[in-house]
Amino acid sequence: MTIAAEPHSAPAQLHDSVFLGRLSLEAIPYHEPILLLTFAVAGLLGLSLLVWITRARAWGWLWRDWFCTIDHKKIGVMYMVLGFVMLLRGFADAIMMRAQQAMAFGDANGYLPPHHYDQIFTAHGVIMIFFVAMPFVTGLMNYIVPLQIGARDVAFPFLNNFSFWMTTVGAVLVMLSLFIGEFATTGWLAYPPLSGAAYSPGVGVDYYIWALQIAGVGTLLSGVNLLVTIIKMRAPGMGLMQMPIFTWTSLCTNVLIVAAFPVLTAVLVLLALDRTVGTNFFTNDFGGNPMMYVNLIWIWGHPEVYILILPLFGVFSEVVSTFSGKRLFGYASMVYATIVITILSYLVWLHHFFTMGSGASVNSFFGITTMIISIPTGAKIFNWLFTMYRGRIRFEVPMLWTMGFMFTFVIGGMTGVLLAVPPADFVLHNSLFLIAHFHNVIIGGVVFGVFAGVSYWFPKVFGYKLDVFWGRVSFWCWQIGFLLAFMPLYILGLMGVTRRVSHFEDTSLQPWFIVAAFGAVLIGCGIVAMLVQFRVSYVRRESLRDHSGDPWNGRTLEWATSSPPPDYNFAFTPRVHDVDAWWDMKRGGYQRPTTGFLAIHMPKNTSAGIILAAISGVMGFALIWHIWWAAGAAFAALIGTAIVHTFNLDRDYHVPVETVTAVEDLRSRQLAEAGA
Amino acid sequence: MPARLPRLHPLLLPLLLSLPLAGCGMVTLAPSGDIAARQGDLIIVSTVLMLLIVVPVMVLTGWFAWHFRASNQKANHDPDWHHSTALELVIWSAPLLIVIMLGAVTWISTHTLDPFRKLDRIAEGRPVPEGVRPLKVQVVALDWKWLFIYPDYGIASVNEMAAPVDVPIEFQITSSTVMNSFFVPALAGQIYAMPAMETRLHAVINKAGDFEGFSANYSGAGFSHMRFNFKGMDGEGFDRWVAQVRESNTELGRGEYLQLENPSAREPVRHYGKTMAGLYDAVLNLCVEPTKMCQRDMAAIDARGGLGLANVYNVTRLRHDADRSHSLTPATSDYVAALCSVPSDVTASPVDPAFYGSRRLAP
Repeated sequence: MTIAAEPHSAPAQLHDSVFLGRLSLEAIPYHEPILLLTFAVAGLLGLSLLVWITRARAWGWLWRDWFCTIDHKKIGVMYMVLGFVMLLRGFADAIMMRAQQAMAFGDANGYLPPHHYDQIFTAHGVIMIFFVAMPFVTGLMNYIVPLQIGARDVAFPFLNNFSFWMTTVGAVLVMLSLFIGEFATTGWLAYPPLSGAAYSPGVGVDYYIWALQIAGVGTLLSGVNLLVTIIKMRAPGMGLMQMPIFTWTSLCTNVLIVAAFPVLTAVLVLLALDRTVGTNFFTNDFGGNPMMYVNLIWIWGHPEVYILILPLFGVFSEVVSTFSGKRLFGYASMVYATIVITILSYLVWLHHFFTMGSGASVNSFFGITTMIISIPTGAKIFNWLFTMYRGRIRFEVPMLWTMGFMFTFVIGGMTGVLLAVPPADFVLHNSLFLIAHFHNVIIGGVVFGVFAGVSYWFPKVFGYKLDVFWGRVSFWCWQIGFLLAFMPLYILGLMGVTRRVSHFEDTSLQPWFIVAAFGAVLIGCGIVAMLVQFRVSYVRRESLRDHSGDPWNGRTLEWATSSPPPDYNFAFTPRVHDVDAWWDMKRGGYQRPTTGFLAIHMPKNTSAGIILAAISGVMGFALIWHIWWAAGAAFAALIGTAIVHTFNLDRDYHVPVETVTAVEDLRSRQLAEAGA
Repeated sequence: MPARLPRLHPLLLPLLLSLPLAGCGMVTLAPSGDIAARQGDLIIVSTVLMLLIVVPVMVLTGWFAWHFRASNQKANHDPDWHHSTALELVIWSAPLLIVIMLGAVTWISTHTLDPFRKLDRIAEGRPVPEGVRPLKVQVVALDWKWLFIYPDYGIASVNEMAAPVDVPIEFQITSSTVMNSFFVPALAGQIYAMPAMETRLHAVINKAGDFEGFSANYSGAGFSHMRFNFKGMDGEGFDRWVAQVRESNTELGRGEYLQLENPSAREPVRHYGKTMAGLYDAVLNLCVEPTKMCQRDMAAIDARGGLGLANVYNVTRLRHDADRSHSLTPATSDYVAALCSVPSDVTASPVDPAFYGSRRLAP
């Protein structure tokens, strides 16, 4: 039985209108009940949120104090909120995939047609990497790094706000594709020729391209920003080898961002040219070469993996050392391990496509460089181990996540090295074994790291600790859920089952997928438990309150100031003499100054960032739908607004002495109460 | 599990413990072709090598976490202990040693198991006999089915492939539109199938039986059902299969190929008793349509500096992608720019099949 020819993607609209480009009522998927329901629920939730904000008369406050803020702390918090919101979307995709794969066997086709399923796995990958993991990592760095180096803000505060909104606009475009048009059906890296105009004629890939381009601008600029901040704004006395380890890993991550993201931008520009202008960089015709795209995207893509994991290595280092009550073992070797990983991460990209037919020598080279990365990574694991050795380990929630990481990550690391052996990769490439591997390192490493960081620094950010019970529930749901969801995938991979399949003939595989789906549900419980934890902690905030600013007996400078820190972070810039500066200060009998405050020079909030990003969003939307006049107008507006902003000279102000004194006096009283 | 595994017995213990969990379904660890078997062994050897370090790390993690818990006041506490040169040396050199071993294994196995390399044995202890003629198979990944052309027999089949047991197979692999990956887990590891490019795979099947083959690289809406049956057969069985295919009086020429190339999913098995000579070559050069110039010719022209303005006319004769994906009617306008003549639609079966078949493997 031959099924009628299905085109590669949704039918292309052959006639573009001048006014609306490819956009028409057809673009709204009102014939798909699942999407319609999603739309209704999302609309309802969104509407009630808007009503709630309006009734609370919170719009002015939101706009002035948050949307326009240039305070690195508030921007950091907004990044984390973005990450959590997008995590819900990305997880919804995950649970839909797990459900489809658990039911689509033999005669049962499941509930998702291929066109829908293919969009879901593409969106899941894109969202989880670009709009969950990246905002989480950037948010943590944004909040913590300036505090750890004793700075009052980042080097370019306005740029920071602009970066955040560009990332958010990227996320908005991806979400918009749910309801207007479609998303890419190409997989998260959109390999051509499949992602070319010929085989993906719809708007899906254009959504992909422009969402990532706009968010990429934000990521790149935020990388530049943090890089300069760490290099130029450290407190006096803090040499590079006195930097807290989280700052070190952030430094390396931002070096990677600055070096890698332009490659992504360039390769997506080439793909966009292929799709819209008709060039032939990656087509089959006229000497185009899709293999070039695969190389370029992984030259960005592999460093990206380390961009995500390195800061979390930093978080684990801070957490292990704090909760073992002990200085980090092998600080110098930790730093060098991080630097070695940073450099090597550029020499391994080809291991993502051993199977594309490179010669044996090329494959062996990249296989072995990949294995070499496991040496510094292994050294890090040992350093954490020996930090625990002779410590006094308190198993608070951040430490739980860290322990979970240490057990989980070594398995992921091991399967990763296995995949780096080219002949083994020929068998396991694109299999569910691979899927299990990278979820093993991304959930076990990045996600657990982010949650360790969130529970560790939450009291710093909000002034009260998170509820322990719900924290533990969340941890155990995630840990067990992860094992149930991904261990079956390792086994399925060894059984020769590959990824991105929406229907199976072999019903004997079904039990494994059902276990995996159950695991995913458990992870869902972990997410819910975390939301409950936030709510419960907020309700019980008075009993969880910490006035000391240093609830964990911390070691680095962020614990030297109040929780939450004042706008200016530190009334006097601290002076650093040792690694673990705050620990050193506490030991040396540090007395907090209570008089002699000065006015503090600070940057001023501005709406330029959100406006520029919104215009970029309009431009992206117009480019996606080929509404050329609107794209041109938006581009002109973008340049115009940027120029106008350069004439805004009202950029800074001084926090008056009286305010500083009042804030610091309050802190003195709180400290006295806490001490009493 | 099959008989071949216990050979590695002393190293295998930890893994064997996990095997009952999976039963006998792990085709990658218990395949039926020599290449896949060696790849499977490599997975096990590498895993065991890494477990040498992973297991101690996990045990130490658990032990340290328990022993140095805050409530255990008897444990040695030294908050300032943060450096030990001897320990650092061990920390860095232990993984290094493992990587040196694994690196050596990698270098050797990557070269011996390179899919482009001709086989030197058909199974352990059985070198390829003198005078054996490998079976040539040309594979085209289509949207979303597989075409197998047997150039020596002048036959072709869709979504079914057969090969005689213990005879080396030489695959030439390409694709018609987008990237796919040719993968028969029981036979050998995968290799990408890419349009206008050719990859190769050398493999051998050691056991008769029906095995699953599929595309391992996502290629669009019909991808999930882009599956085929790989038949390992004894010599006579293979001869019968060839004869049966030859008997079907369907032909595969340019027209039939272009028809077949249109996107479709869940295609039934189809046999072609006669196949146009050079069809695979035309597919590889994107010139199955008689009005199209072959990439090879274009490259040759370009290598000599191109044709200047005349090339502009060539452009219309070269476009491949757009027509296929949209299933639109191909461009009708035709320009006189061809510098090579297109061979007519010859269907041919060049060689006496009796010479191959069961007697392929020299006595």
